Amino acid sequence: MEYEPLIVAFLCNWCSYAGADLAGMSRMEYPANIRVIRVMCSSRVDPAHVLYALKRGADGVLVSGCHPGDCHYINGNHRAKRRIILLKELLRQMGVEPERVKIDWVSASEGERFTRIVKEFVEELRKLGPNPLKEDAREV
Amino acid sequence: MKPRIGVYVCHCGTNIAGVVNVEEVTNYAATLPDVVVARDMMYTCSDPGQNTIKEDIEKHGLNRVVIAACSPKMHENTFRKTLASAGLNPYLLEIANIREQVSWAHFRERDKATEKAKVLVKAAVAKARLLEPLEKKEMPVERSVLVIGGGVAGIQAALDLAEAGLKVYLVEKSPSIGGHMAQLNKTFPTIDCSACILTPKMVDVANHPNITLLAYSEVVKVEGYVGNFEATILRKARYVDEDLCAGCGACADACPRKVPNEFDVGLGKRKAIYVPFPQAVPLKYTIDPASCLYMKYGRCKLCVKACPRGAINFDQKDEEVKVRVGAIIVAVGFKVFDARKIPSLGYGKYKNVITGIELERLSNASGPTGGVVLTASGERPKSVAFIQCVGSRDLNHNSWCCRIGCMATLKQAFLIKEEDPDAEVYVCHIDMRTAGKGYEEFYRRLREMGVRFIHGVPSEIFEDADGKLRFNVFDQTTGHMIELKVDMVVLQTGLEPAEDVEKLQKMLNVSLSPEGFFLEAHPKLQPVEASTRGIFFAGCCHSPKDIAETVAHASAAAAKAITLLSKGKVDVEPLTASVNPEICSGCEVCTGICPYRAIQLMEYEGRRRAKVIDVLCQGCGACVAACPSNAIEMKGFTEKQILAQIDALTGG
Ligand code: FES
Repeated sequence: MEYEPLIVAFLCNWCSYAGADLAGMSRMEYPANIRVIRVMCSSRVDPAHVLYALKRGADGVLVSGCHPGDCHYINGNHRAKRRIILLKELLRQMGVEPERVKIDWVSASEGERFTRIVKEFVEELRKLGPNPLKEDAREV
Repeated sequence: MKPRIGVYVCHCGTNIAGVVNVEEVTNYAATLPDVVVARDMMYTCSDPGQNTIKEDIEKHGLNRVVIAACSPKMHENTFRKTLASAGLNPYLLEIANIREQVSWAHFRERDKATEKAKVLVKAAVAKARLLEPLEKKEMPVERSVLVIGGGVAGIQAALDLAEAGLKVYLVEKSPSIGGHMAQLNKTFPTIDCSACILTPKMVDVANHPNITLLAYSEVVKVEGYVGNFEATILRKARYVDEDLCAGCGACADACPRKVPNEFDVGLGKRKAIYVPFPQAVPLKYTIDPASCLYMKYGRCKLCVKACPRGAINFDQKDEEVKVRVGAIIVAVGFKVFDARKIPSLGYGKYKNVITGIELERLSNASGPTGGVVLTASGERPKSVAFIQCVGSRDLNHNSWCCRIGCMATLKQAFLIKEEDPDAEVYVCHIDMRTAGKGYEEFYRRLREMGVRFIHGVPSEIFEDADGKLRFNVFDQTTGHMIELKVDMVVLQTGLEPAEDVEKLQKMLNVSLSPEGFFLEAHPKLQPVEASTRGIFFAGCCHSPKDIAETVAHASAAAAKAITLLSKGKVDVEPLTASVNPEICSGCEVCTGICPYRAIQLMEYEGRRRAKVIDVLCQGCGACVAACPSNAIEMKGFTEKQILAQIDALTGG
């Protein structure tokens, strides 16, 4: 079967989750490869969650929050960004493509931006191929 | 207690079932661990749908409910209430969003959509197994409201709130309340005098015992949360003591310095000490430091000599005041499109090209010409052309419809025809939009009065040597190019977001639409609520509106604020963080991270341990992810729950 990248996404309740809802409401299509976990703020996402998702078989992980300055909890998105940048560095050292992890911003009114980010991410992951960190991939 | 889960997969009519194989998802759900009932339902949110859930809770002893339907942002609260009414803790609910994020987003990929729906249901069940009952807390609220902006929206909201017995702080940036409506001459379609219907309301605001009017002031900081906001308001120095000034105007009579009056859009003059217009509220004079001779050159003070009450005080300083309020209504209005951005229309270059709002001032009895519309050379225009949609419905400028330009033009055309029935009046439009009570009838009346409507707008306007304005316009209705030569051209400029919108957006933590207006929580069902609880929008800062719509919107915002504060307390979400003092090492990483300073170190069995102050915690979870010892847990979004969701989503 052709390789279909699997994306686990953590979306903050106030901006990005609402943006994803708006994309649906406006019937803007995006690949079904993405599976969303709603969190209140992007700052709830622990780099350990991202790693865990990669280990369990996600080919890519998207963390998306409010635009800088717009976080519902003042500055959670800045923290999220810093943590994810560090994690990407760690991944590089582990020999995993840091491009598998993406942090971006989508506001509640940016349904179109959400679809674009998902589409592009799926394409990037398609190029990267299956995730080498996947537990069962290693077993094989 | 062992989980006993009921799963309800919603058809939502054909919204979900038209794409997702609901039966397949339901059958799959029945195979998941701890699921005792799985049903598909036509409309889960309807009465019969909710009743089925309640019956199942009793009959099957369900202690968790999973609903696969629309976004939790839509009906999470509805279903929480369903659970509560069946005696189940409302937080034992998990929603799988298979409408907005599945059937509507993947409507051409039925198989993939069904697969994704199954996976989302699986993740919801996995999380539901780990849900715990949570108790809502109640917090006392301040029974007072901050209204930002003193145009007709803010005025209406303030009066409604005050009448309901709430304390209101009405903050207006300029020296007087009244906003754009105070600048207008007449209102459409009834040709009511704008000032006559507005000024009594302004006076009511000034006299109402429950309203504190803070004019010439700006909100500079807002802290806190629903029910308990603290706002810092900057009271700009008027250099006139408000308590002493009686508004007699002796100071302005004496003032030697004349400058253009902003209220007359620069057409008329005011003094350096001034009220913007005669009916200003509060009727208190203000010194404009940029024009005052004494403040610039240290000499003059003629106003000080003239004032019979000694009200002028050049030593006055800006002052900050703090107020505590339970809710905030934002009513900061709009800005008019600057016609200079379309140079080919000649505004700013040709004296007889004016804007709609300028025409309002010229036709207003208290305006610069005493209510007579005159050309630059001081004559009554014999021919006037209105150009519609200037800056509006134009992808180079503002994409949206200003919603009031067509009716404003009809009204102004009426006034010109009323003054001089022989005047030639042309209206060059893209479409005439006259939806509204009595609006279409008014449009017909104008056609009958001989106003000529041309279905097309000119791209360039020229001035002839005799000062007349000339342009060509292609009339789509007749298919002819028409050449017009007129005494005056009126550009009906559009509405755009007010200048303060972005500043307030950051201050209040609310969202903006792509156009830059404030974004409501739901476009149909929550048209005045911000997604941040306790904040409401009124009037044109939310989207362009006419006066009637603005007043209705403002009353709606006031009603929502009254509803929120009437009980004297608000529910606080129990989705907060909590520290396990047994594991906490007291390292203090979390205390610095919390944006609300909700974590403090406290004594626990002889050691210093972090503790979350529940009422301050807003539930972001930033501390949870930062804690190096995993000692903090986030209720409703626990570590175990998130990992279980990841497992389910990745096929584990
Ligand atoms: S709430 Fe959206 S990133 Fe914090």
